[in-house]
Amino acid sequence: MANYKLKVNNKNFEVDVDSDTPLLWVLRDNLGLIGTKYSCGISQCGACTVHLNDEAVRSCGLPVSSIGDAKITTIEGLSANGDHPVQEAWKEVDVAQCGYCQAGQIMTAAAMLKKNPSPSEEEVIDGMNANLCRCGTYHRIKEAVLLASAKIK
Amino acid sequence: MNKGLKSNRREFLKIAATAGGGLLIGFNWSACDSPKMNVISDQEIYDEAINYNSFLSISPSNHVVIFSPNPELGQNIKTSFPMIVAEELDVDWANVRVQQAFLDTEKYDRQVTGGSGAMPHSWQRLRQAGATARQMLMAAAAKRLNVPISELKTDKGNVIHGSKKLNYGELANEAATLTVPEEVELKNVKDFKIIGTAVKNVDNAAMFTGQPLYGLDVYRDNMLHAMIQRPPFGMKLKSVDADEAKKVNGVKEVVTFKDNVAVVGTGTWPLMKARKLLKIAYEPIDKALESTAFHNNKFDEMLNSGAAEVKRKDGDVNTAFKNAARIIKSEYQCPFLSHSPMEPMNFFANVKEDSVELIGPTQTPDRARSAAAEICGIAPEKVSVELTRLGGGFGRRLRADFVEEAVELSKMLKAPVKLTWSREDDITGGAYRPAVKYRFEAALNSKDELIGYKLTGVGMNSGNSTRENNFPAGAIENLEIKSMAFDSPITTNAWRAPITNFLAFAEQSFLDEVAEAMGKDPVAFRLELLDKAKAKPVGEIHYDIDRMRGVITTAVEKSGWGKKQGVSQGFSVYFSHRSYVAQVAEARIVDGKAILDKIYAITDCGIVINPTGADQQVRGGMLDGMGHAMFANLTFTDGIADQKNFDTYRLIRMKEIPEIETHFIDNGIDPTGLGEPALPPTGGAIANAIYKASGRRLRNQPFSNEEAMKNLNLGNPA
Repeated sequence: MANYKLKVNNKNFEVDVDSDTPLLWVLRDNLGLIGTKYSCGISQCGACTVHLNDEAVRSCGLPVSSIGDAKITTIEGLSANGDHPVQEAWKEVDVAQCGYCQAGQIMTAAAMLKKNPSPSEEEVIDGMNANLCRCGTYHRIKEAVLLASAKIK
Repeated sequence: MNKGLKSNRREFLKIAATAGGGLLIGFNWSACDSPKMNVISDQEIYDEAINYNSFLSISPSNHVVIFSPNPELGQNIKTSFPMIVAEELDVDWANVRVQQAFLDTEKYDRQVTGGSGAMPHSWQRLRQAGATARQMLMAAAAKRLNVPISELKTDKGNVIHGSKKLNYGELANEAATLTVPEEVELKNVKDFKIIGTAVKNVDNAAMFTGQPLYGLDVYRDNMLHAMIQRPPFGMKLKSVDADEAKKVNGVKEVVTFKDNVAVVGTGTWPLMKARKLLKIAYEPIDKALESTAFHNNKFDEMLNSGAAEVKRKDGDVNTAFKNAARIIKSEYQCPFLSHSPMEPMNFFANVKEDSVELIGPTQTPDRARSAAAEICGIAPEKVSVELTRLGGGFGRRLRADFVEEAVELSKMLKAPVKLTWSREDDITGGAYRPAVKYRFEAALNSKDELIGYKLTGVGMNSGNSTRENNFPAGAIENLEIKSMAFDSPITTNAWRAPITNFLAFAEQSFLDEVAEAMGKDPVAFRLELLDKAKAKPVGEIHYDIDRMRGVITTAVEKSGWGKKQGVSQGFSVYFSHRSYVAQVAEARIVDGKAILDKIYAITDCGIVINPTGADQQVRGGMLDGMGHAMFANLTFTDGIADQKNFDTYRLIRMKEIPEIETHFIDNGIDPTGLGEPALPPTGGAIANAIYKASGRRLRNQPFSNEEAMKNLNLGNPA
């Protein structure tokens, strides 16, 4: 066990966990930030996506010891009032079915749009392809990313 | 106006207590699209709302709280059910708040999500609930205004008399004291204001900001985490050495029960680590351990045994096949499939002295309750079941195995326990879609007329793997449908659109094979069969011929069937779970690769409650059907699944989806469910399109393993 200082959603936290503990489980079990989801645990589905600085990363495969002083943003901290353009677009398009993967989808989309605010449809598909949605809301995810892009412009 | 059914006393009993506000900690239930400012908090609304019946309460602030009893797993019932209540109550949707009801067998019938059955079961009940309260509000208004009730009308939560207007909130207290009417008038379909409009998911805001909605989001004081190492299929626990596992920081205990080894601790990660350090020995229960090669041999053995049970017999197939000029014979096979919802199985159980508290994702809360009651030896009434949102289900959560495990552990450890399955547990843990093989035979006479049809289905723990009354039964003079199942230790369970999820592909592919042999257009052939069934039905007919014809002809029109250049179209039509769906897939071969451009889907599910929800149910069902037909495969070696996670158990991804165009038949018929019916036809439409484009017939799933797909690369895999 070791002590780690983390900056999550602009707040400082300290946790005492084993060094190999993935960020996902620190967020969920230690910090109560349950918006970040567990689904595969091997970085194959994207349900656990968070931002490390501005990069979208899979928190299930990221040991807490590797984070250092990087800034972590989870779905809870993406916007103060749930009104990030991506969240707004997700509501407008009525994207979700079960909704379980959507926090990860939103975090992936938000990071992509930060780098490239005007992606082509092909770029959206490339950017979102690694996130699984078992319900099959892919058409709407694509539509919502393009709508969010229009909102950002 | 329709005359309503008589009230179900149980459901319309007035309940003195206000809606259970105390149970709603931390959720923001406000309708996300409400344009109005919330001057009053949702909690205040819940606290002050006056209960009318099992489905609704009205607050003096003129808000309506609607309770949705059935588990929500993505079928959008938590939005569509309240829409029906709100419609008959005649309120403004912006003033509606929706709450997930917990298990209450006194208040609700059939609190189940499965079989696409909730909508047909509850349609009239929900309307009745809204209409009954509306009637009481009108009676209260008539009294207050001293006018006959016949002079009153309602609109958007107001009772109106000439220029006078009373909102429901003002009448809520008084109306609730009136006698519940036994019979009420229901709205005419053409007067619907909410039903038929695109109302957005009531949980959107909560889902998109990471609020705790799901079973895995349940955390309670003093709660222990648990994970379980289960035995391979056909084996039992021999011994366990947990010394190393117990040394992991955060692990509290390792316990065994029923061939399971459970690691228990203060967090999830320590358990994941500790499981890898368990040294467990298993031994076979009685017979040899099963592998996929064994199943393949078993299928052929069963098909050739002649021992399958006759499920339907029309005419005389033996004579028909004896007299046949040609016989067309084909076999189709599919593997076991895991449900793999994005949220793995989990449940929270707190076994106390003389009661049990259950919280979690289940499609059958009543089954969870009885399982817990039985394990603890207490009355079911002593078990409470709180329903969370389900991160998918697909039939897997119809079972209560994971609930039983959580209860066993909480009982043993005398502590609240959250049991979590890993993804690997989920994919290797059984309750699969059964592996099935079909043999079809069609007899044609010398004039190329279809005179006989035989289908034998054999499967692993499949039960009846046929649906003997499905189309084309009823249209063929001599027909025989048989089924046989093998008793395997690999467990199976209902998997979205049970049996038809693969049977439809096989039937719709084989019909195309027969049509081709007869030299007929696949659509014309199906329509001819329907004509025959209509003019001269053979035996019982279990589908509505006109509704099936309706989706076929609409599909022809919308897809431009047979008129398109440069693209090959494949057809499929299916009736399952009370709805009718026709699909046309369009494929092209480009540079030696099969490209699936588009699929049209025409659905007749009666009245469409919520167009945005319905459209996505159809899309989602189709992508589910498509993805599993193309990629998913579960094979076994000595009782253990070879695929354990999404790296090898492949689901469909965004790059692989075609364009989808959905249409619905607007016929005013009472609505049926949409969770399943769009899935079954998709595989057949795709395979028929690929055949037309490439001349290669796909008969086994997943397509990606088929020799016929070699170098075709369907779906542009990443």
